Amino acid sequence: MTESDDQPWRDPNAQPFLRIKGLSKHFGSVAAVDKVSLDIYRGELFCLLGGSGSGKSTLLRMLAGFESANAGSIEIDGQDMAGVPPYRRPVNMMFQSYALFPHMTVADNIAYGLRRDRLPRADIAKRVDHLLAMVQLADFAKRKPSQLSGGQRQRVALARALAKGPKLLLLDEPLGALDKKLREETQFELMNIQEETGVTFVVVTHDQEEAMTLATRIGVMRDGEIVQVATPREVYEYPNSRFVADFIGSVNLFEGVVSEDGESHMRLDCAGLGTSLYVGHGVSCTLGQRMWLALRPEKLRVSTEKPAQSHNVLQGVVEEIAYMGGSSMLRVRLPSGAQVQVTQANLDRDDAHPVSWDETVFLSWSDTAGVVLPS
Amino acid sequence: MNGRYFVPIAASLGFAFLYLPIVSLVIYSFNESRLVTVWSRFSTKWYAELFRDPQILQAAWISLKIAFISASLALVLGTLAALVLARFGRFAGRTLFNGMTTAPLVMPEVITGLSLLLLFVSMELTLGWPAGRGLTTIIIAHTTFCLAYVAVVVQSRLVGMDRSTEEAALDLGATPVRVFFDITLPNIAPALVSGWLLAFTLSLDDLVIASFVSGPGASTLPMVIFSKVRLGVSPDVNALATLMIAVVAAGVLASLWIMNRRAGASGSSVQ
Repeated sequence: MTESDDQPWRDPNAQPFLRIKGLSKHFGSVAAVDKVSLDIYRGELFCLLGGSGSGKSTLLRMLAGFESANAGSIEIDGQDMAGVPPYRRPVNMMFQSYALFPHMTVADNIAYGLRRDRLPRADIAKRVDHLLAMVQLADFAKRKPSQLSGGQRQRVALARALAKGPKLLLLDEPLGALDKKLREETQFELMNIQEETGVTFVVVTHDQEEAMTLATRIGVMRDGEIVQVATPREVYEYPNSRFVADFIGSVNLFEGVVSEDGESHMRLDCAGLGTSLYVGHGVSCTLGQRMWLALRPEKLRVSTEKPAQSHNVLQGVVEEIAYMGGSSMLRVRLPSGAQVQVTQANLDRDDAHPVSWDETVFLSWSDTAGVVLPS
Repeated sequence: MNGRYFVPIAASLGFAFLYLPIVSLVIYSFNESRLVTVWSRFSTKWYAELFRDPQILQAAWISLKIAFISASLALVLGTLAALVLARFGRFAGRTLFNGMTTAPLVMPEVITGLSLLLLFVSMELTLGWPAGRGLTTIIIAHTTFCLAYVAVVVQSRLVGMDRSTEEAALDLGATPVRVFFDITLPNIAPALVSGWLLAFTLSLDDLVIASFVSGPGASTLPMVIFSKVRLGVSPDVNALATLMIAVVAAGVLASLWIMNRRAGASGSSVQ
């Protein structure tokens, strides 16, 4: 498999499967979705990630046909969706509340869409059996939704949405109603089913961990706009703004002014820290420009002795230590008053903390650990 | 006051206040004596008398017919009104429409009856329909005020319903009409049953409106009872009232049973 098979968005000749162009939706004077353009490719598991009110659900409902656009267009597999009602779209949706039909059995729920297509009875029964087996609910065919657990209902909803073999499956917070343990298991199940069926998934979620695990690509939404579209790794390691850096994971932000702008390095003067920070790669910027250095907590090293490196060393006092099992989180107060978050992996069981409260420590990081952000 | 006794005592007094008159009515319907207030011995002769009285039998038949037809008409129209109110969002004039739909609930019956009478009279003069007053006019009148009750009952059920199930059906390829019959209707069925039974009972009970819009040969059961009582309470009226209570109670119990069965099948979760 070549890279462009695996990552069709890198191939300039690839035809997007779902093409959203300049899509807007206004509720009164509020733009819930604001001029969104987005290309999604066949077989992708695309996550729309955003906080509440970011417009991600409205965008999903527009793809399903429940909301009409004020401007822009949606094209699925080359077919314009303008004016096509939900019941004629090659799209199925899994609802956040699952929306199972309470008066029908599990099997009837799954068969509902197939019956609307007037398929032969035997074909429907076969397809329902196949789907029940796929979501491991073969023994529950005759149950009513009220007799199922939350995880089982979620799987019925998924099977029902997949029953008609849609070209595009929309999932609205598919794991939102499950508890943490079940959610983690179900994540992988969902990925396996997506791989097995080859259906293109568009998932809406507010949970960044969920998006990171599931997605081939993530579209981060804010105030009705898409602010970054990239793979989970890129979104985490190369966020394009402070908002994205802060929304996905934790981050330490240092504000500064560009004082050196070399071909393969730059320097940021941070008045707040009383020092300058060194970045070991070139950044497109101008001298004197205000920029931010974003540093993930796990990319910082903590030591009690002054490290050998000449730059990117900060001194501070440990204020808080939180033991979280796999790792520990430290908050270090700098002389400037700023607080820096650091996570350390707990590599050894008996590892008494190398640092303790109120101890003076040095924080250091490599030249390329941080991301320089213009906004 | 001792809290342990207060609740049982209050409940007994309350229920006694509500049901003692009915209980005494039922007991005296089995009284052999011609005097309504003097107990002699047990007998079912007034029931037999009742079934020999052609006037009462005819009135009962008319009442049941009116109640059945107007409850059914009110069910259809009231459900449509409820759908519009619950489903069509905030259209212009929604508040007005809502108020106008539910106004008959609080409108004094005398006014409803009088206004309908005036309407029917002027309709007959200008359109020639309905010709005279009788069964048709009572059915129209009862449909009008029962509609409001049905609309309120059905609307509350529609509002409480999970709309995403309707969207899910649309999404799975069902046309809006199909969605109504497959998803919405089963979901609001208990409300439809209780709405219909409520309308049926209200129509069966109504005296005031029927008196206004009725005509010769179309006396409902309450009208007959009322005119009989004005000539002095006779024991067969007790028997008649007991039968009516039995019919109404059976209807209420049936609707409760249907709703509980529905709730058992689709409601509470079994984990």
